[in-house]
Amino acid sequence: MTKILAVDDSASMRQMITFTLKSAGFDVVEACDGVEGVSQARQHKCDLVLSDVNMPNMDGIAMTRELRTLPDYKYTPILMLTTESGLGKKTEGKNAGATGWIVKPFKPDQLLNTIKKVLG
Amino acid sequence: MSTMQADTDSTDSKGSMVGSIDAVDQYLTFIMDNEEYGVDILAVKEIRNWDSATPIPRAPPHVRGVINLRGTIIPIIDLRQCFGMAAIEYGPLTVVLVLQVTTSGNDSREVGIVVDAVSDVYSLDSADIKPAPQMSDQLNTSFIRGLVTIKEHMVILLDIDNLLGREDLADFAEVRDAIKKDELVKAV
Amino acid sequence: MSIELSQFFQVFFEESFEGLDVMESGLMSLDPANVDNEMINSIFRAAHSIKGGSATFGFASVAEFTHVLETLLDEVRAETRGMSTDMVDLFLQSVDCLRELLEGLQAEVPVDGARADGLRQKFEAILDIPADAVVSETVEVEPVAIGWQIKLVGGEDILRTGNEPIRMFTQLGELGELTITTDFSRLPAFNALTLESCYLSWQLTLMADNVKRADVDEVFEWVVDECEITIEPIMDESVPVAAEQVEAPEATEAVEEDVPDADSIGLAAPQTQKKAEPGSIRVDIDKIDTLINMVGELVITQSMLGQIGADLSSDNVSKLQEGLQDLERNVQVLHESVMQVRMLPISFTFNRFPRMVRDLSRQLNKKIDLVVKGEQTELDKTVMEKIGDPLVHLLRNCLDHGIETPAERVKAGKPETGVISLNAFHQGGNIIIQINDDGAGLPKEKILAKARKNGIIGPDVVLSDEQINDLIFQPGFSTAEVVSDVSGRGVGMDVVRRNVQELGGHVSVKSAEGVGSTFSISLPLTLAILDGQLVRVGNQVYIFPLVSIVESLSVDKKQVSTVAGACDLLRLREEYIPIIPLHDAFGIEPDSRNLEKSLIVVVESENTKVGLVVDELQAQQQVVIKSLETNYQSVEGISGATILGDGTVSLILDIGGIVTIGQNTTHMQIKAA
Repeated sequence: MTKILAVDDSASMRQMITFTLKSAGFDVVEACDGVEGVSQARQHKCDLVLSDVNMPNMDGIAMTRELRTLPDYKYTPILMLTTESGLGKKTEGKNAGATGWIVKPFKPDQLLNTIKKVLG
Repeated sequence: MSTMQADTDSTDSKGSMVGSIDAVDQYLTFIMDNEEYGVDILAVKEIRNWDSATPIPRAPPHVRGVINLRGTIIPIIDLRQCFGMAAIEYGPLTVVLVLQVTTSGNDSREVGIVVDAVSDVYSLDSADIKPAPQMSDQLNTSFIRGLVTIKEHMVILLDIDNLLGREDLADFAEVRDAIKKDELVKAV
Repeated sequence: MSIELSQFFQVFFEESFEGLDVMESGLMSLDPANVDNEMINSIFRAAHSIKGGSATFGFASVAEFTHVLETLLDEVRAETRGMSTDMVDLFLQSVDCLRELLEGLQAEVPVDGARADGLRQKFEAILDIPADAVVSETVEVEPVAIGWQIKLVGGEDILRTGNEPIRMFTQLGELGELTITTDFSRLPAFNALTLESCYLSWQLTLMADNVKRADVDEVFEWVVDECEITIEPIMDESVPVAAEQVEAPEATEAVEEDVPDADSIGLAAPQTQKKAEPGSIRVDIDKIDTLINMVGELVITQSMLGQIGADLSSDNVSKLQEGLQDLERNVQVLHESVMQVRMLPISFTFNRFPRMVRDLSRQLNKKIDLVVKGEQTELDKTVMEKIGDPLVHLLRNCLDHGIETPAERVKAGKPETGVISLNAFHQGGNIIIQINDDGAGLPKEKILAKARKNGIIGPDVVLSDEQINDLIFQPGFSTAEVVSDVSGRGVGMDVVRRNVQELGGHVSVKSAEGVGSTFSISLPLTLAILDGQLVRVGNQVYIFPLVSIVESLSVDKKQVSTVAGACDLLRLREEYIPIIPLHDAFGIEPDSRNLEKSLIVVVESENTKVGLVVDELQAQQQVVIKSLETNYQSVEGISGATILGDGTVSLILDIGGIVTIGQNTTHMQIKAA
């Protein structure tokens, strides 16, 4: 089953994302910040990473940079969840190795469509 | 306990049978000092034999004490005291009615009242219940739901919440006296 | 598939309220002149989270409001704008406003948006945002294309970011008929090839007559900066092309049909505006683990006893007894552990006070520092919820009447800034909460005068300082000349005392004029179980809390002296302790009225000792405390009831209350004399 890593410091967002993905038949692993995200990524072989940008301890961009150094995650699609005002971080995210972004707020359907696009 | 239809003393042949379902309530009646009182049966949680109660220090005289009702502490009120009747020795026929009371603060409480004996259960049409007679403005009669005549004697129906759920205990004794006087006058 | 978002609302509300708390305490601790980077970041993140969540879950009013907040916070954290005390105030007010908005949404009650609008305008003024600019857009009317010709020169690094051209082609292919020609011309020699780099280019021809330019753009949106992309429409030669400029309608937000604006839920509002009580509680995971372990132990013990019970022989009896002892121990530990789960640090209540002190001291033009200690001290969740209001009242009292104005303080030789210290600690089976101020202290003469005027005490009665100070807890007492709207009329102190007593606790005050006052609240830690001493007086058995008993002794007449025809005093070593006959206080017939035939149990509450006269000491046992208030009311001198092994009810003494009764009886007797 396709495994997705969902990283967000907001519990309600995580819950919503996890529920949406699980309902669509995905396996989900959660993390609440970049540090936990890297740890989870190491423990579970994930096929896709969804991550918020603004998080304590290690933000989404630093986590992306870190993930790209892991052999299993060199080409894994990493999508940033960012609010429209955060699009300025686009370049920074790209430079860190992010594949793309999903703009917040998004509806569950939009999330699933984008993921389908990426996972093929 | 038998369930009986109440006779009305009026010539109105409508009677209780024809009344609509929601206008009929069941009342449990009990005896105190040879007078009959009734309470809404839905408020009666339990009927127990009198056993001792643990007295509460410096409590008003009508509070006999508290008892253990399956793990909950409930107060026992001596209604005879409230109504100014002479105190009696409680015996094996003495009964405690455990009632569900809604207080003025909208809480739900359980309170027990000691009565001489339980009488019967009646289905009464609200049309047959007469309001308490007019009395002086100072007397609070809210604890009386109404008066009804059953088998030719008067039964005073009590409003439990106003009887036991209030901070102040109403002027039971005076009201009761006034009602009795009123009935005597009417009977003459 | 449609997902019901409302199932996540409660979590969103809870985390948002927490986020608001973080913002508030962060803002309170900010020094505008020297903004701590970590702090401003955490404040920003909290606002950002609330904005994101509220937008996702459809709470547009909250999202809009928070957006402006967040923008300003972003500038501060990026150091393109400095912070000022006024800005901090504005932010704090927004936190309050957001709380109000969120509470309203949670309770599904509409909240007046005027406050939010007012604040938002102020923010916008700072940010210099013109309000509601009408944007006229040029809309190009698209020529009707029957297809698209796309040239994609792959950026070298796109593979490294996990972007895969094949995916994009698949997406395009879903839009219509796609033909692909690959251009290998940029491929270097084999030995110069890096597998992760992209050297390819493609010519893509997409035949479809209902595909807009935006749809094509979307496919490449993630790689548009890294690649060279050319997109040309393929026209149907027969149709003329026309481009027009159109005035766009006033920019309005797109109305999302299927995510209903959650703000509008509140229209059918219930009459009472009640904040939804969170039905959940955060528990330390260690506490849960302890519980789980204990339950495991219980299961083992219980199954062992079950086995023994099934096969009882005389050898098994001692095993049975051992098993029962184990069971008793396990149950006790389990009970304590469960009670622990409900225990939370008092910081949950203390947390609102720094803000309150700050706001009120500014309002009163006083300088006041609040020092908080012992905020990790734990107490039962319900007790904590109910002690909140009394604490607020006591604090307000300190602020209003206790601490003097800066001018008065300087005149009295004190530092300009008054100090209020809030402290909590465990003592015996209780939690003690103290509020201490270095203010004016209680005005004894005024209190005495007021009490005499109100007839609370007789004109000639002499009271100790402590007794005078205690008078403030009498109903209707307020010596404030001016009724300030901070603490209001003297409706407070007696209500505070009553509230504390309802929780089984006490409140008292110690004060010295010119120096300050200390209010002490003592509350029982566990509401439910007590180590008790059974005591018989006449035909009634009472429970004394074991922690309150100092010692018990039989009486020697020589040790007893009578004072002014009033109460008796027991000479116990170096102290004289007032003797209170419980049978009198409770109206019971004792075994004997002769002191020498009775026992005296010396008990202590808040450093006051009294000797209670009883007939007999019985067993010591743990009792489960049952409430009298549930179905009856609180009784002075009684903290609760319990059910003894024989099913009868036994009353548990509230020693503090008994001491007070005793003291009042004493001085009342003096008064009558």
